[in-house]
Amino acid sequence: MTRYLRYLVPLAIFIVLAAFLYRGLSIDPKRVPSPLIGKPMPAFSLPRLQDPAATLGNTDLTGKVSILNIWATWCVSCRAEHEVLLLLARTGKVDIYGLNYKDERPKAQQWLTQLGNPYVANAFDADGRVGIDWGVYGAPETFIMDKQGIIRHKHIGPITVDDLNNEILPLIAQLQATP
Amino acid sequence: MTPELGNFALILGLCMSLVLATFPLIGSINNTPGWIALARPAAWGQFFFVAISFAVLVNAFISNDFSVLYVAQNGNTQLPLIYKISAVWGAHEGSLLLWALILSGWTVAVSLFNRALPPEVVARVLSVMGMVSIGFLSFLLFTSNPFDRVFPVPLEGGDLNPLLQDFGLAVHPPMLYMGYVGMSVAFSFAIAALIGGKLDAAWARWSRPWTMVAWVFLTIGITLGSWWAYYELGWGGWWFWDPVENASFMPWLAATALIHSLAVTEKRGAFKRWTVLLALLAFSLSLLGTFLVRSGVLTSVHSFAADPARGLFILIFLCLVIGGSLALYAWRAPNVSSGGGFDLLSRETLLLGNNLLLVVITAFILLGTLAPLIYEALGWGKISVGFPWFTTMFVIFTPLLVIIMGMGPLSRWKKQDPGDLARQLRGALLLSVAAGVLMALPVFHDGNIWAGLAVLLAVWLLSSLVLSLRQRYRYRKGLAGMLRDLGARGSGSYYGMLLAHLGVAVFAIGVTFVSQFDIEKDIRMSPGQTVELGGHTFRFDGVESVPGPNYRADRGTIHVFKGGDEVAVLHPEKRAYLVQTKPMTEAGIDAGFTRDIYVSLGESLGGGDWSLRLYYKPFVRWIWLGGILIALGGLLAATDKRYRMAMVPGTAPAPAVTKRLATESSR
Amino acid sequence: MMKIFVSVFALCLLLGSGTVSAGVTLEAFKFDTPAEELHFKQLIEELRCLVCQNQSLADSDAELAHDLRAEVYEMVQAGKSDDEVVEFLVARYGDFVLYNPPVKPSTYLIWFGPFALLLLAIFLLVRAVGRQKRTAVTDITPEERARLDAALGTTPSQQDKQR
Repeated sequence: MTRYLRYLVPLAIFIVLAAFLYRGLSIDPKRVPSPLIGKPMPAFSLPRLQDPAATLGNTDLTGKVSILNIWATWCVSCRAEHEVLLLLARTGKVDIYGLNYKDERPKAQQWLTQLGNPYVANAFDADGRVGIDWGVYGAPETFIMDKQGIIRHKHIGPITVDDLNNEILPLIAQLQATP
Repeated sequence: MTPELGNFALILGLCMSLVLATFPLIGSINNTPGWIALARPAAWGQFFFVAISFAVLVNAFISNDFSVLYVAQNGNTQLPLIYKISAVWGAHEGSLLLWALILSGWTVAVSLFNRALPPEVVARVLSVMGMVSIGFLSFLLFTSNPFDRVFPVPLEGGDLNPLLQDFGLAVHPPMLYMGYVGMSVAFSFAIAALIGGKLDAAWARWSRPWTMVAWVFLTIGITLGSWWAYYELGWGGWWFWDPVENASFMPWLAATALIHSLAVTEKRGAFKRWTVLLALLAFSLSLLGTFLVRSGVLTSVHSFAADPARGLFILIFLCLVIGGSLALYAWRAPNVSSGGGFDLLSRETLLLGNNLLLVVITAFILLGTLAPLIYEALGWGKISVGFPWFTTMFVIFTPLLVIIMGMGPLSRWKKQDPGDLARQLRGALLLSVAAGVLMALPVFHDGNIWAGLAVLLAVWLLSSLVLSLRQRYRYRKGLAGMLRDLGARGSGSYYGMLLAHLGVAVFAIGVTFVSQFDIEKDIRMSPGQTVELGGHTFRFDGVESVPGPNYRADRGTIHVFKGGDEVAVLHPEKRAYLVQTKPMTEAGIDAGFTRDIYVSLGESLGGGDWSLRLYYKPFVRWIWLGGILIALGGLLAATDKRYRMAMVPGTAPAPAVTKRLATESSR
Repeated sequence: MMKIFVSVFALCLLLGSGTVSAGVTLEAFKFDTPAEELHFKQLIEELRCLVCQNQSLADSDAELAHDLRAEVYEMVQAGKSDDEVVEFLVARYGDFVLYNPPVKPSTYLIWFGPFALLLLAIFLLVRAVGRQKRTAVTDITPEERARLDAALGTTPSQQDKQR
């Protein structure tokens, strides 16, 4: 019997391989998950977009459930995401902060004037250094922090209404409920 | 010619392949000669219709028919004619059609050149090839139709990716596909043999030239791709262990093991099960490669537009073909008789060791390529396996292979006396070690241990080849004897082996020397400025703007001097193609047998200053020279007279004898 | 809809990342010694460009790669060790930023797998040869010789001549 089992080995190996390949079809190989989840948000202090004299930093985001959204005017899907962010801002459930990533001030300010401003405040990250600290590798990306300032979730890519309903809002509700 | 004709022809081709896959196979099992006879006309019919379909697509590109979506995406009115044609296989759908065309071509070839075989065997082989065709043609028709239309019709096409507007890259896919598809012949033959339950030396003898020719094409395809990357991508790299490159290298390794295994099965009747498994493996890896490139499962600079839906289709196809063939193997292989016995030290053992090593190398390349996927699927985090890992592993395992390569040709079949072999190789060993140590010492080039190792292995190979030649000429004295030997039966195989193994040595030297001794300099230069590198003086003479047929280029001029004499004038370019506007770099290369001088343009830094990268690359051409020698060796072996003799009617052994002997041997 | 978002997001990555390969990456980083330059080059060759398709930080033309290279350069100039640079990046981007997987228990499969396969191959080789030895076929037996004669229609003496 064992003699015949030996010949099944190649087939067995293939079946295992095929299972992995099948699983691979639903994985996006370009997605880089964040190692910052569960850790306190990186310390930063940047000039504000609208008021360069003032600063926005991680201290402003601590003490409440907050969202940091990485965006830029050169990013096409940020445009699409913007509507959803406005929706979220209107619910008043959470403060949305923005990190304007490697952008130009006048363009960014004009964008907000024209399209609406869902953000409580925006930090202006001209050279992207703070972005690196947050592990940003593209736009848009969104981080959700709890009241202690610990990063609980990173959403890569634009947020859709479905994401809002299935992912973001439930998490915010959960985080608001905990002290 | 309306594109609908192409679509319709494809449907008819699929119908033909359905006929081809079913009737002859069933006929061969039930012994219905009428159904068996359907094989050849079905094969021809399939080829005829797929060829029409391909011709229609080519015509669509040449006539700038942008109502066809695929042409609109990849064609352009300003594209030079040769690239309009090569654009046909420049993206996913068209390259699949090329696959299908080449597959139907090989099927026809098999239906023609098979006179030594019983018709029921031929029928089974053709049927299996027909099954593979069904897969590709239905994939084309149902998910990736190149004849889909677009409305409104755009006025201009999206243009072929400028990277692909190059002769080397135009020819690279057809060569590779000839190789991949050729593996399906050995595969089909293995399946046919498993079904019929008859695995003997005749099967190996028949498979061998087909496999060799496919292997030659694969070698050429890979070599071309590497050479192209070197001169086109602008930073002098020639191999990146990119998933798609690995996808072509793995079938090559498996096929190399296969041709060596076939040699043993043909001569000694041994290794039958290994050979069958390798035949299944080589083609399976080709199909796996198709999956990896087109499904979006892995990130690669080469991959076609990723689409998981298409990926699922290919995966199902893979499961059917590979899973089915391995299941058949599991069922029928135990019945295959073992062949001739052999001793612990014999050519058989060495070849088996060689093949196992090749399979191990294939396995770890597969491991490295799929590891990120496996880890993420298992939730073990996201890791990256890149160039350094692959190179490290490869460099550890390949010397083992080369050591065996030196011993194999000198060993006898069945039983080799260890003392005798040691005596023969003693001189070779001493010479290799001496050469290696000499190379590693600071005497040459500040000493380098890797160069020393490469020289050791190359000299080891070369010495063993010389020893083997000396053994062969022992009974063929003088120049006349040597010349007569060239025409003898079996000489094609032998000299092919010599040439191919020589190619490996040349390749090893090229790879090691260029990676250890190349010099590179990133520098900002003003017009008129000179700089020293690798014993040469480079003078930058500025950059001017030059128009091309479908691009605008910034063209630099660099004069290269050695010891006061001008050696070369190089013109690296930075091109902006009019349609796709991606900046492309064309390197300025002065090619030489012992070194390349390589210059590429970086950025304009203002005031006429540019950043440049200068390279001195010793022995880099030996990499592809090695590849060419290997391919030539394979070609020589494939055209060995003894394969051609079986084709001549009347010299094949009498049917009664073969039948009796065959029934005896399959016990 | 989702598909559009995904493809547009990918476009954002690409726009932010420059072009697909074909780029020569030349920086005017200043180094005090050639050894320093070489060290820097080796370090960035071991780090991955996150937005590219399978390129190291040394080879990539993407904007993020520019930024990361600048970051690495500053750290190296400030005297940070290789380990510190790597730790910095891994803390922010995970193990994926290492072009080679780190050597830790979860990656033993990758680092030791090939050698395990080699050992398996050697084991198979020895077993295959050993089995052959047990059922060693020496020369053909007289009965087999007789069968051969019958099949070929030759007499024993003719057969010997052909050998």
